[in-house]
Amino acid sequence: MIRRIVAASAALAISASLAHAQEVKVGVNLPYTGIGAEFAQLIDRGMEMYLKLNADKVKPYKITLIKRDAKNPGGADAKIVTQELLTQEKVDILAGWVYSPNAIASAPIVTAGKKLSVIMNAGTAHITNMSPYYVRTSFSMWHAGYAIGEAAAKQLKAKTAVVGYTDFPPGKDSLAAFKRSFEANGGKVIDEIPMGGAGAVPDMTPFFQRAKDKKPDVFFVFVPAGDHAAAVTKTYGALGMRQAGIKLIGPGDITQDTKLQAMGDAAVGLITMHHYHADLDNAENKRFVAAWKKEYGANTTPDFMAVGGYDGMALIAHVVQQLKGNIDTDKALASIKGWKFNSPRGPISVDPDTRDIIMNEYLSEVVKGSDGKLHQKVIGKIDNVKDACKAQKIAPCA
Amino acid sequence: MSVFPTATDHPAARALAGRHRLRLWEPLPWLLALAFYVAFPTYLGFGTDLLVTILFAISLDLVLGYAGIVTLGHAAFFGAGAYTVGMLAFHGIWAEPITSLIAAAAVAALVGLLSGLVLLRTTGLTLLMLTLCTMALLEEAANLAHDWTGGFDGLPSIAIPPLFGLFEFNPLYPNTQYLYALGVLFICFVFVRVLVYSPFGQSLTGIRENTLRMHAVGAPVRMRLIVCYTISAAIAGIAGGLWAQANAYVNLSTLGLDRAATVLIILVLGGYGRLYGAFVGAVAYMVLSHLLAKIYPTAWQLGLGLLLVIIALFARGGILGVGETLLRWFGRRRPSP
Repeated sequence: MIRRIVAASAALAISASLAHAQEVKVGVNLPYTGIGAEFAQLIDRGMEMYLKLNADKVKPYKITLIKRDAKNPGGADAKIVTQELLTQEKVDILAGWVYSPNAIASAPIVTAGKKLSVIMNAGTAHITNMSPYYVRTSFSMWHAGYAIGEAAAKQLKAKTAVVGYTDFPPGKDSLAAFKRSFEANGGKVIDEIPMGGAGAVPDMTPFFQRAKDKKPDVFFVFVPAGDHAAAVTKTYGALGMRQAGIKLIGPGDITQDTKLQAMGDAAVGLITMHHYHADLDNAENKRFVAAWKKEYGANTTPDFMAVGGYDGMALIAHVVQQLKGNIDTDKALASIKGWKFNSPRGPISVDPDTRDIIMNEYLSEVVKGSDGKLHQKVIGKIDNVKDACKAQKIAPCA
Repeated sequence: MSVFPTATDHPAARALAGRHRLRLWEPLPWLLALAFYVAFPTYLGFGTDLLVTILFAISLDLVLGYAGIVTLGHAAFFGAGAYTVGMLAFHGIWAEPITSLIAAAAVAALVGLLSGLVLLRTTGLTLLMLTLCTMALLEEAANLAHDWTGGFDGLPSIAIPPLFGLFEFNPLYPNTQYLYALGVLFICFVFVRVLVYSPFGQSLTGIRENTLRMHAVGAPVRMRLIVCYTISAAIAGIAGGLWAQANAYVNLSTLGLDRAATVLIILVLGGYGRLYGAFVGAVAYMVLSHLLAKIYPTAWQLGLGLLLVIIALFARGGILGVGETLLRWFGRRRPSP
């Protein structure tokens, strides 16, 4: 009798561990409601798109997404979501984080919970330093900001620049990154203009007039993706800055694919540096964009946020395969170090020292296509860009 | 028994004298809170947030429900308390939990006193706008003073030493945080309960009901309002400090309109001027939104919105008001013995 019980319980234990090996639970922490809902939807669709397009890369394992609403950038709700995903759902991996303050607030829990946590958007540079379990598949503000400083000086042959930025951490990061590399390459930033906060879109005219009066070669602008960006192109056109010979440049946040068409012809000629836009010419991206339009409608488009979710899921699938569905966090962290992936944004990998992404940055110009729509044409490329803030150990990242 | 009832015998006098007595059901919320601790060990993070919100709502009830001061900027004091705890701990000046909370209360009270001296000269819409402005000014100050406050990103990972040197604040299993918040809430609640039934509390209700008459009977109206506003600010500051300690970080959301508006909704939902309205409102609002958000992460606000519309349309006294009406209704229908 006792032997039978032992045998039965052993069989049960084995089947339980097999069942565990088959299913991997991923807790998703995204702001599905409120002002971040639009971004959460893009990232969510990016993740789902990966699972749909690459079902063969997940088999024989099953990745279950447990989605929770992080609600707002306040941090407290995101923190409770993280805590409950870890203690109630007992997830194997965490993913998501649109807002940097939420990722910062969640850091102590992520550290205490000891689970691989894939950041799919939040871009404040030093976040990955805050917990050894954070891995980022999106970007840091320094990727584009640093790269465009170099490109502005070398490729656009600019000598002087004015910087206009939205006065919150990503804006300040962008300013610091651009200034550092632009001046290292012989340029000079002659004015820095804070242009209001991230909460509401200000009237851009006085800021742009001040920039115009300084007569720089380029006007570097960082504003949050979304409605701020539309105001930027409009004001640039209205003040006749192009005719005055001032080029408008910025990171790709200001030409987010989902907002590009609404900007109209004023956006033509805009030069941006970013790791992704939907017009990138590579096979992987063509497949991605075509599948997206088929799934969500011809008028929709993926953008850099969607690709952050897509690549994050690719990383998770890789970890699941490497560990055969048994997610041990230390092994998972070890397995991402040699990870290389052919993403819609080109080849990417994760820096083993900083757990931040290494990717190409593309210098692109907005052009009007023969179809009457706006497109982004790649006019330059920098390969394998690391987060310069951590690579050079600049103040907040040191 | 004399023909003429003496002052203490009169039913009204008895009702007044007996108002503050402990009722049989009053220990119930506290027993429920302890039962929650035992029954839902994985929900304690949410539970702690709930207790802090109740405390914040109680502080608002004091000014809004009892003194009738209409404010939309109460998060100013919550944030002042949170940043006091956060900045003291982050810059390595002082981190001991309980004394930090006292400091938070003191700073928030000071902010309340200084702003109250100016604001409480006004009433109605002007007052509403000025409270909003005070909060917005503090928020922008916290945003700009990046070196001290961490700006938009906030102050991350504040190290809070163990409570009484014994109980660790574990971020993953916030048992200590929950019981600590419960203890602080209890002490503050007892204080507020004594306060509102005291002659001082009675005079606040008088001011709310008829300011002119209170002037006429010689009550120092403005002084009373300022004192009440300052006390309320101190309690909101304690709530903010508690929030900062439980979450181990502070950011601009502590000073935001979102927080001020939510607590107002919670109080109206539960029923203001009722002492327990804060409990009922916070539990109803937060439990509902938490559970709905879990089931429908993208559309939970719809359910919450419907509830608020129904309360606003049909139940002016909030949930407690509905309860009282029902009790009265049943009481009337019951055949007299």
